[in-house]
Amino acid sequence: MGKWTRRAFLTTGVIAGGGLIVGVAMRPGNQAGELSDLLGDDGGQLVHAYVRIDSDNTITAMVPHSEMGQGAQTALAQMLAEELDADWNDMRIEEAPAIGAYSHYSLGRKYLLKGINFPDFIVPSVDGAMMKLMDNLGLQVTGGSMSIRMTGSLGMRVAGASTRQMLRKAAASAWQVPLKDITTDNSHLVHTPSSRREPYASFVNEVAKMTPSQTPEFKKAEDYKIVGKFVPRLDIPSKVDGSAQFALDIRRPGMLYATVIRAPVFGATIVSIDDQAARKIEGVADVIELPPAQSNMMIGGFQSSPAVAVIADSYWTAKKGRETLNITWSDVDLAARSSTDIFAQFAKDITASEERQSDRLQGDTPTQFLNASKVIEADYTVPFLAHTCMEPLNATAEISNGQCEIWVGCQNPLGFRKAVAEALSVDEEKVTLHNQLMGGGFGRKSRPDYAIQAAQIAKAVGRPIQLIWSREEDIRQDFYRPAIQSRFKGGIDENGKLLVWENTYVNKAEPTEAPLIPYAVEAQDIGHVSSPTHVPFGAWRSVDHSQHGFFTESFIDEAANATGKDALKFRLDLLKDKPRHLAVLKRAAEEANWETPLAKGRGKGISLQESFGSIVAQVVEVSIVDKSVSVDRVVAVIDPGLAIAPDGMKAQIESGIIYGLSAAMYGEITIQDGAVVESNFHDYRSLRMSDAPTIETHIINSGHELGGGGEPGTPGIAPALANAVYAASGIRVRSLPLMKAFSS
Amino acid sequence: MVTSFSVNGKEKTVQVDPQKPLLWVLREQLDLTGTKFGCGIAQCGACTVHIDGQAIRSCVTPIASVAGKAVTTIEGLKPESDEQHPLQQAWIEHQVPQCGYCQSGQLMSAAALLSENPNPNDADIDQAMKGNICRCGMYGRIREAIKAVAGSSVAEQFYDAMETNHG
Ligand code: FES
Ligand code: FES
Repeated sequence: MGKWTRRAFLTTGVIAGGGLIVGVAMRPGNQAGELSDLLGDDGGQLVHAYVRIDSDNTITAMVPHSEMGQGAQTALAQMLAEELDADWNDMRIEEAPAIGAYSHYSLGRKYLLKGINFPDFIVPSVDGAMMKLMDNLGLQVTGGSMSIRMTGSLGMRVAGASTRQMLRKAAASAWQVPLKDITTDNSHLVHTPSSRREPYASFVNEVAKMTPSQTPEFKKAEDYKIVGKFVPRLDIPSKVDGSAQFALDIRRPGMLYATVIRAPVFGATIVSIDDQAARKIEGVADVIELPPAQSNMMIGGFQSSPAVAVIADSYWTAKKGRETLNITWSDVDLAARSSTDIFAQFAKDITASEERQSDRLQGDTPTQFLNASKVIEADYTVPFLAHTCMEPLNATAEISNGQCEIWVGCQNPLGFRKAVAEALSVDEEKVTLHNQLMGGGFGRKSRPDYAIQAAQIAKAVGRPIQLIWSREEDIRQDFYRPAIQSRFKGGIDENGKLLVWENTYVNKAEPTEAPLIPYAVEAQDIGHVSSPTHVPFGAWRSVDHSQHGFFTESFIDEAANATGKDALKFRLDLLKDKPRHLAVLKRAAEEANWETPLAKGRGKGISLQESFGSIVAQVVEVSIVDKSVSVDRVVAVIDPGLAIAPDGMKAQIESGIIYGLSAAMYGEITIQDGAVVESNFHDYRSLRMSDAPTIETHIINSGHELGGGGEPGTPGIAPALANAVYAASGIRVRSLPLMKAFSS
Repeated sequence: MVTSFSVNGKEKTVQVDPQKPLLWVLREQLDLTGTKFGCGIAQCGACTVHIDGQAIRSCVTPIASVAGKAVTTIEGLKPESDEQHPLQQAWIEHQVPQCGYCQSGQLMSAAALLSENPNPNDADIDQAMKGNICRCGMYGRIREAIKAVAGSSVAEQFYDAMETNHG
């Protein structure tokens, strides 16, 4: 692969077989000054996108993002293909390997760069783009709906456009014609006056000698042929015949299977293990104790208790062995041992409001409360939630001659590799990570605990092993979506105007703007207190938006109800200076026939939520018969700026809605005596075909900056549902899941 | 214990604990990894295969109970030829899979439904498919894809052909 100069942002090179590779490395041009400390000692290459043109004219996009199912890789390839004017039928996608040159992990450093602003004029350049990238990055690496927004707009497009520009130059000089007469079409160069036409592959040797432009000219949106159009996802055919390979499908010669159990009470350690019965089971090879797993990565850092692993010739045998173990765990001294204690603690801490930190303080709240003719107050709670990815956590590890190979589906390959290296006390170069398709990620697969365990076991037994978590372990050893309580107080004047909004909640995480409201309420005091629990927590699809979307969009509805105004009209009146929000909300109302009343026992509810750069409105229709709630229809409208893959975006919204609806209807992780009660899909329920509403998604391409699609569907469903239930029944649900108030 | 049965038309003999579930025999011994593990307690449907044409949850089916029977997995859903099962085509057309992990099970449940009831209504579809969880929430697309195949002439021809082939 060609020579990478330390400073080059784009580089070219010839690969074996005579193909061309063009790479875009986004990193700061200036490594001096205050940025240098933040970039770590790896030289700070930040994100890479690659394009490869092979001698048969196939074009491969090498994508530095994992595929969780969201279709991000296809969308990224679309962006590259568009600027490159590639023939979509000859496009391929590969995930970039987890090696330092793809240094995706370094993206996490954006947290340190927060608050640094860069003038707009440098943004079109690649280094400006990098700054912007750092600035906008979401919480996780593949996550925060950022792959398309950032890598796509700032990496893939540059790689594509720059390569196309070089190809045109190469053809002009080979054919001795003016550059302006050279156009491109479906991976071919065309000399317009003579209609001479040759594939890109004919020019790759020339291009390899050129220096790519960092600021190539991009196509105009109206000329797009691939972006914004329907293209079939490239990964789908393998997902209908069983041939798609997930981490669980990896097979290594001589491989054994393992399963684990970690202390049910988070933080407990092992006092003793009685494994006599397990060892008697035919096929059980070993029972071992695993040291605590931890990682202090900036993204996904954690510490977890020691575990016991059973290794056998089959997962089923290992699981049987696990069931016979008799382990004594240490006592953990806990202030709040159960969900009831935890929520009591939240309420107490909100009431005390010691060391309350402000998220937004504007206007004069005390005076506005005096001006108000009506004051409304409400407390909301949401429980802990597990992720339950369809594919249970698993990883395969093999260690020989001091080298560790690991096969895992994860959202942060380089972070995982680093964490495994640390756990094994070896250099990162000794660990090779093969990232696999993920059977769901949702934030859970950004924590490397399971990969570390696999490596620990492989090291201990000296053979390749595949570690498979049982579903029970998956539900009981998650990094949960945090439970939160949020307290509101609003003041309304006699004309029904919302004058003041006061909100205090516990345990803030990310994104920081999640509890903020888009509405023009003059006086606002939004803040949080800390009320830690012993329950491990982490990112869960849409992160804090999933809780605050429910809180704020329910309370705004309560305010509307208190004035007797229509919930839609009430919101529209408070969004006069927010044209995008207005457009989304109005469109949703229109598509859902908001004005048309429903029969008795049925109701409509609406919500509006901006997250990850996209604005989403949802209208939900429910029917309530004999205290049983059925969700009949959801209309969703999203303004993501521009939908690169419109059908993929719709699928993501459908997916986000069902994920959020499962949680809103049924989702609850209960803590009792310090441990999780639920264990599998029978008591941690997921929505099924028979309870799923029809979902209609509409996209508004407003032309604004690209927003995400993987997460923005989730936050708005719970409030729209609760608001619909109120409209149908007069019952205001302030605590999720809904099935606690209703049957279903 | 030795157990013999057929998988996708081929005779197989395995030597295993008679209680070992079919799922793990398929995945670990016969290298058929298209059938997935999701819960292990017949709650999610990821492990759905056909035994003598019926959709069953292989994670709770002891291998001993399969002796002498005909198992079809996702790898054997399409006929010998290169052709796809009409449901597989519909799945691609409707861009059903997201992560794809549940889809082997979804397709096997849907195929069993259509072979018994070529023209299911919504309630029939709910009934046949409610054992299959999709955490990516692609229920709407799954339903549309099933409906696209249901009652279509291509499906009828396909099932006629299947019957002629498999007797
Ligand atoms: S794995 Fe068999 S039903 Fe879930
Ligand atoms: S497609 Fe991911 S679980 Fe169904």
